[in-house]
Amino acid sequence: MRHNVGGRKFRRTTPHRKALLKNLAIALITHERIETTVAKAKELRRIVERMITLGKRGDLAARRRAFSILRHEPSVAKLFTTFADRYKARNGGYTRIIKFRKRKGDGADLSFIELVDRAIKEKKKKKTEAKEEKKD
Amino acid sequence: MAQPKRKHSKARRNSRRANYGLTAPTLATCPRCHQLMKPHHVCPTCGHYDGKEIVEIKEI
Repeated sequence: MRHNVGGRKFRRTTPHRKALLKNLAIALITHERIETTVAKAKELRRIVERMITLGKRGDLAARRRAFSILRHEPSVAKLFTTFADRYKARNGGYTRIIKFRKRKGDGADLSFIELVDRAIKEKKKKKTEAKEEKKD
Repeated sequence: MAQPKRKHSKARRNSRRANYGLTAPTLATCPRCHQLMKPHHVCPTCGHYDGKEIVEIKEI
């Protein structure tokens, strides 16, 4: 019996849920760290980890399977080049979920989900530094 | 329609409410800034988790 292995439904219809997870997956692959609810992050982890594994396989069948879920060529390209190379030595566990705070409004638990070993951009710091420089 | 036969006593009402109490949240101390924080969460005071800065905390 395969009871209780279906995953979360998020009170959405199947196409709505698929679109949600697809969009979240593309966002995570593009930005390498996104903020979302803990439940969505945990469900997204299943999708994205599978996509990265497909990327590491690297053949055309894997590429088509990844595309059939993501429907986003730039993300698929990133999976099969950048991530395939970056996660060569890692067997699973490509994502990290860090619990953050409660959302104002509905009190949902928010978290960050990020890809491990991500390239860290110093964008925000540069902005504040630029402001300080302006003040001087 | 059925009606209550007796008014519920204060004792009955109060003992029903005996379990309405709030529970205190479980809190840990941040290893970096020693403020109270939720365990397994980013510290709301210093924005760190597991020794790394996760979010920038804006100073007011």
